[in-house]
Amino acid sequence: MTSPAAPGIPITARGLVSALGHGLTATAASLAAGRSGLVACDFAGQRRGFIGRVEGVESHRLPARLAAFDCRNHRLAHLALDADGFAAAVGAAARRHGPGRVAIVLGTSTSGVLASEEAYRARDAASGALPDWLDFEHTHDLGALPRFVRAALGLAGPAFTVSTACASSAQAVGLGARLIAAGIADAAVVGGADSLCGLTLAGFAALELIAAGPCRPGDAARDGLSIGEAAGFLLLERADAAAPDAFALLGWGASSDGYHLSAPRPDGAGAALAMRAALDAAGLAPGAIDWINLHGTGTPANDAAEDQAVFAVFADTVPASSTKAYTGHTLGAAGVVEAILATLAIEHGRVPAPLNLDQPDPSFRVPPPRALGEPAGRERPVRRVLSNSFGFGGSNCCLVLGRADGA
Amino acid sequence: MSQARIIGVGLWGSGLPGFPASRAVLAGEAPWAADDAPPPVPGLLPPAERRRLGTTVRLALAAAAEAVAMAGIDPHTAHNVFATSNGDGAVVHALLEELARPAPLLSPTQFHNSVHNAAAGYWTIAIGSRAPTQCVALHDATFAAGLLAAMVERAAGAPVLLCVHDAPLPAPLAAKRRTETGFAAAFVLAPVGAEAVGAEAAAASLGRLAVRYEAAPALAPFASLPPALRRLAAGNPAAQALPLLAAIAAGRPARLALPYLDARLDLAFEPGDA
Repeated sequence: MTSPAAPGIPITARGLVSALGHGLTATAASLAAGRSGLVACDFAGQRRGFIGRVEGVESHRLPARLAAFDCRNHRLAHLALDADGFAAAVGAAARRHGPGRVAIVLGTSTSGVLASEEAYRARDAASGALPDWLDFEHTHDLGALPRFVRAALGLAGPAFTVSTACASSAQAVGLGARLIAAGIADAAVVGGADSLCGLTLAGFAALELIAAGPCRPGDAARDGLSIGEAAGFLLLERADAAAPDAFALLGWGASSDGYHLSAPRPDGAGAALAMRAALDAAGLAPGAIDWINLHGTGTPANDAAEDQAVFAVFADTVPASSTKAYTGHTLGAAGVVEAILATLAIEHGRVPAPLNLDQPDPSFRVPPPRALGEPAGRERPVRRVLSNSFGFGGSNCCLVLGRADGA
Repeated sequence: MSQARIIGVGLWGSGLPGFPASRAVLAGEAPWAADDAPPPVPGLLPPAERRRLGTTVRLALAAAAEAVAMAGIDPHTAHNVFATSNGDGAVVHALLEELARPAPLLSPTQFHNSVHNAAAGYWTIAIGSRAPTQCVALHDATFAAGLLAAMVERAAGAPVLLCVHDAPLPAPLAAKRRTETGFAAAFVLAPVGAEAVGAEAAAASLGRLAVRYEAAPALAPFASLPPALRRLAAGNPAAQALPLLAAIAAGRPARLALPYLDARLDLAFEPGDA
């Protein structure tokens, strides 16, 4: 189950929008202040629980040449391409390597399904037909996101969507790195986007997994998740195109639970396999990790199984916490969002203070950051971070982030 | 250039009931006739799970099981790459209809079956696999994208099961995305030469496949197929596997080009243990 040990793949640009704000500066400020982006849900007729909503999506306009792709998911993605100079950095990479040598591998769980939801409310009363304005191919279709990003950035390399539910964009990061390692591409735009929609808000409600208040990952009184929306991108490049101390994907690992379509293995054995594979691929011992960004959705089952899994690999030696009480669970985007938060933790030497963790679950054995005598949020060296993402279908993926030079 | 040996193949489609029974049709030695018989019910899952499976999942499991059986490998050792453009359209449609009602109440089972990787999930549950499993999509280039992802996954060391599957969407979505008849194909890709160990080294090779992405358009990609199969390939993204299946069935060398957005994926197939 291991990926081949290989030198890290450098990260030469980042772009992020989430409920924490547009861009890395706003995101880091929210994290440093311990400020959650969650608000009471009032979206697509759903009013249960809290959501992480991105400001300004509705008013954002795509360039005219991309109008066919217009939908909430692609507006969100476009905001992230605009953030942090990401599109400009990709343009420079395309000039360095050639547009056909830049791959696009992006994760999404529901693509632009909100467009179809709106169209189903506007069906012709007599025929049942969908309105002409629904451009399914460029919005809801699961392949639409990488095609949109490829067009927006003027790229010509191989592209595809990875859709493994909430592991989607973590897998996309890993697969993009693999395209570079295999020599198929010199650079890759990786990450993903998932936007608020009725399907996931009502679907998780049907599974009784929506928390009544803001989600409380790891807390004894946790009662479910809060859904968020986000788009995040990383530019991965060949080592010779990056600064020696660039951020890097040091390794990654994936596994399947082979257990149930929507419930995790209670013993976390599948998740533990993915973590071990990621450490093996990075050539690192568990003790080399300074912080684990947990999948940590805040559902009773996920957090309990993940505690078992992390303990099986790390015992109680590495602090672990979730950032989903800041952003909400951004589903298919969560993997790349949390990879970027991991790089911010390394950059600022600061593990985000766990939010809404009033009474850590007494049955858990893996310590949150504060339990090791480190005041939450206090500056401390963070050199390497392991980030977990688990999805329906039993899909597990784990990324290890650090600096290319190992510092 | 990515390379692999193909050591197992499976398919199910209209008039194509499994690879051995379809070999003559694929090789152009027998005429194709439409026959929309459903794939066999997979015996791998418990009966309660089996009853809930939609068409596209059943297609996928049938092709995957056939390919793995032909390869003779322990399916737990294979990494899995599933590729589907439409996912389970019947489930997505039912959820969209419910969401259009004033106070929607979704079925929890339908919601979890709506994930794009549902077939991949059911496969890993059916065989109890803990191996890495991807699910990819790219509209009409879904097979090309899945094949590229599978060839790259193969470089990770293990054999790879590639399973591509798609079924028609129900009305009214069907008017927005034409998919004519259900189709699934599966391939077991093994390392070339000295890298191979264990069962995949012993497995008889159907041939060697090399794949390369070219940022230039594909011309007349399905011209090598008989007209009836060309129509199938044009009517379902998963059926773009037909030119490769035809080359394997005929046991003849082939150079193929699959459309990949505005670019193409070049395939070179050499039959036998070469």
